[in-house]
Amino acid sequence: MTEKNNTNSYTPVIGLEIHVQLKTKSKMFCDSPNNPDETVPNTNICEVCTAQPGTLPVVNKEAIRLGTLLGLALNCKIASSSKFDRKSYFYPDLPKGYQISQYDKPIAEHGYLDINVDGEVKRVRIRRAHLEEDAGKNVHPEGLGYSLVDYNRAGTPLMEIVTEPDITSAKEARIFLEELRNIVRYIGAGSADMEKGTMRLEPNISVRKPGQQELPNYKVEVKNINSFKFAEAAIEYEVERHIQMLSEGQTPKQVTMGWNEKASQTVEQRSKEEANDYRYFPDPDLPVLNLSDEFVSNLKAALPELPAAKRLRFKEEYALPDEDIQNLVNWKELTEYFEEVVSEIQAWIQADRSKEDLLKLVKMAANWCLQDFSALLNAAKINPSESRVTQENFAELLKHIADAKISVTAAKQVFAQMFEHGGEPDHIIEDLGLTQISDTAAIESAIDSVIQANEKAVLDYKAGQQKSFGFLVGMAMKELKGKGNPAIVNEILKKKLE
Amino acid sequence: MELAFLEISELAEKLRNKEISSVELTKYFLKRIKEYDGASGLNAFLTVTEEEALAQALEADKILASDPHASVLTGIPYAAKDLFSTKGIRTTASSKILDKFVPVFDATAIEKLNTEKAVLLGKTNLDEFAHGSSTETSAYGPSKNPWDVTRIPGGSSGGSAAAVAAGLVPFALATETGGSIRQPASLCGICGWKPTYGRVSRYGVIAMTSSNDSPGTIARSVKDLAITAEILSGHDLKDSTTSVKEIPNYAANLRSDLKGVKIGVPKEYFIPGMQPEVEARIHEAIAKLKELGAEIIEVSLPLTKYGSLVYAIVTPAEISSNLARFDGIRYGHRSKDAKDLLDIYDQSREEGFGDEAKRRILTGAYALSAGYYDAYYLKAQKVRRLLVNEFDEVFKKVDALVCASVPNVAQKIGNAKDNPLFGYIADQLNIPASMAGLPALSIPCGFAKAEDGDAIMPVGLQIIGQQWGEQNVFNIGHAYQTITDWHKKYPKGYGE
Repeated sequence: MTEKNNTNSYTPVIGLEIHVQLKTKSKMFCDSPNNPDETVPNTNICEVCTAQPGTLPVVNKEAIRLGTLLGLALNCKIASSSKFDRKSYFYPDLPKGYQISQYDKPIAEHGYLDINVDGEVKRVRIRRAHLEEDAGKNVHPEGLGYSLVDYNRAGTPLMEIVTEPDITSAKEARIFLEELRNIVRYIGAGSADMEKGTMRLEPNISVRKPGQQELPNYKVEVKNINSFKFAEAAIEYEVERHIQMLSEGQTPKQVTMGWNEKASQTVEQRSKEEANDYRYFPDPDLPVLNLSDEFVSNLKAALPELPAAKRLRFKEEYALPDEDIQNLVNWKELTEYFEEVVSEIQAWIQADRSKEDLLKLVKMAANWCLQDFSALLNAAKINPSESRVTQENFAELLKHIADAKISVTAAKQVFAQMFEHGGEPDHIIEDLGLTQISDTAAIESAIDSVIQANEKAVLDYKAGQQKSFGFLVGMAMKELKGKGNPAIVNEILKKKLE
Repeated sequence: MELAFLEISELAEKLRNKEISSVELTKYFLKRIKEYDGASGLNAFLTVTEEEALAQALEADKILASDPHASVLTGIPYAAKDLFSTKGIRTTASSKILDKFVPVFDATAIEKLNTEKAVLLGKTNLDEFAHGSSTETSAYGPSKNPWDVTRIPGGSSGGSAAAVAAGLVPFALATETGGSIRQPASLCGICGWKPTYGRVSRYGVIAMTSSNDSPGTIARSVKDLAITAEILSGHDLKDSTTSVKEIPNYAANLRSDLKGVKIGVPKEYFIPGMQPEVEARIHEAIAKLKELGAEIIEVSLPLTKYGSLVYAIVTPAEISSNLARFDGIRYGHRSKDAKDLLDIYDQSREEGFGDEAKRRILTGAYALSAGYYDAYYLKAQKVRRLLVNEFDEVFKKVDALVCASVPNVAQKIGNAKDNPLFGYIADQLNIPASMAGLPALSIPCGFAKAEDGDAIMPVGLQIIGQQWGEQNVFNIGHAYQTITDWHKKYPKGYGE
């Protein structure tokens, strides 16, 4: 059951239908390449996916494996016996005149996904998740009196995930989508990229009136949403529209809307009343799909650590702040990189450092990953694994900071060099002459000359003006060409001024 | 030299002995096709592939010259029902909607025969998309029965049957969904093999009823059928419904006696309305089988009468779906008058499909519609299961069943035209085995006088085996042919 409506306000009731393209080498039912990045039309096609007369589908085993894995990651029950059905309708991008999908025996059902909304765990139930093939794309060249069809996408494998109407806000929907995207990526089932269309969302939206317990007697589907931002915006827009209508005593029409990103609003596409009768029946070309307990339990055992578990572990093991954890985990490749840096750190820290030191370094690693490293990666539009900075060198640099061999400011310079050209931090520090000065004699002499040259500041400090101390530190650092160990500079200056 | 009515094994021997080359054999049959076929002739061929055939024959001769172990089919000419996809060769399914269609790939059956270096002479006529039992629904006009050209050759594989019966080709590929091999083989006085469903790949065979379609062969003798069965059978990675079951050496295993073989005679297959003379031929054939040592047992298959009803629902339902791809978008006929997308669909299909195809699309779409699916399609599938169970039970007692292939001899062309139920009646003795996916043969077992004229027309004996029981039906058919010569008869006017 959906949550009880205890509020005196309008409550959105939102269910999501999400299509995730599975990352297989070949298509769902033939051996044409499955490549979402192909830009030349009708290159990844064959006689099967263009439905030449006499061709037959053969199920892609890898798609079954990934579909099962995704079902398991969503806590679904995997059907021991499942089947494929034909869903019939006419459209130029649908070569056979039917789509091979799963109707009454989906590969996975009755699952759930727990999401974290403002620190609270919210459970969204998964009604079902089934395998199907994608359609091609109709192309309408502007100003020309005809349309074209590109079948590159036709027959690529999809997992359609349908939630129960458990979601009550646009924000929850966005968090759910992000978490689903993370899961898909963590288990290696796909890229789940809304901008590229490898993850597509169709929310079903309605709104309960204050106090209304039963589900509303209408729902509106929204299509054409291609980013998390638009998902949130489209749902918010619809919810507002429904509340407006309901408060005026009207009921929104049961229609399919499209999100118009230029106008930032939804536009009616077609009325549900003219919905197709899809004439589903079991595809006689495909035998019943029997998944053995062994197959399923092996996959279950092979599930990698999922985002939720990872977040929990990062909190427990590394005591990182929630926001950092969330940001790390949202970028799968960066998280992997981060963990590799951490294991480099662990390798040498176990010998001679305390737990606190370790946590400090891990925290530093997280900060560097999320700040400097992320900024550089984003600017270069690459993933961590593609960068020139090895995990070992990354850890090495952090160690130098911790050991006060170089200052943080200098480290940023070194890191930029490492990112640009690769190389070991030691060599770069040496080349750039950035080794930090911790030699007390050198620092003392620098401070002596600063004190001599800045009598007024010294007097001000002694008269109680704290900011003069900062000024003097700055001058000392300048004297040391920025390489002075700040802790030692502080300490000696303080002593000399007493 | 008498070649037109020789069996595959006899022709193969002549090729091997260098009595004749494949090129000569190919030219010989091409000449016969020119002489006896064409629109004013039998109208068995829709496309004759003279050039390609001679090239294939030349290649076959090279292999025959160098390889003493060349396959028995090397250099043997054949024809293929125009439902098999042939790369670079027009494939129409006898429909205007595919009038100019040239496929980009070969059906698995064609590929297998290519590997054997058999020589494709052309593509044969059929009922449009195999919807019919007379070839009269073909967009290219009916084929004619060589025994009496005013009569139907049966269908849907009527072109293949007529071509083999008239000695235009030694064997032909055909397909069955509910009698489309056995019925024309019977009406044309030749041999037809309908395989166990899943024995022969459907890949590249334009789909009619996916859950029934069984590609097979039409030839002059059971031995020839067994030879082709060995080559055509087997698992195909491109067809998930094919079986990995081992393929016996059907031809080598053939035996000439039936000692210890139990043959069931299902009483329900002697139906009211059956021609008495046909019934008499069947009883004579059964007596021959007994003579060969078989034990004849009367059995009962009370659900037989439901076979045609199940067929009448399942078949159009699957057809409506399988014909959806003919939408005028990617290939085939597109209406010149179409003004928008809906027009392309409506008018292309209106202009491209014949009446029978339209009838089946409409009936099938109806049977699959929301609210009707459970009452029709689902229920039919349940009854189908019962039919299978009933056969399973009877095969605990017998090795095979025998009965008539068709209750009557070939009728006159034109009679079926305004009777959409014609096929369901003509095929009622074939349909139950089709619905159960069983292997079956039709072999000639004598002649009977037509009830609507003076013509003396062939009668066919049907032999039905249990699933994967090809060897049993071949053995029975072959033993029968060792003591009879009905399969050696050929129609007048086609001699040399």
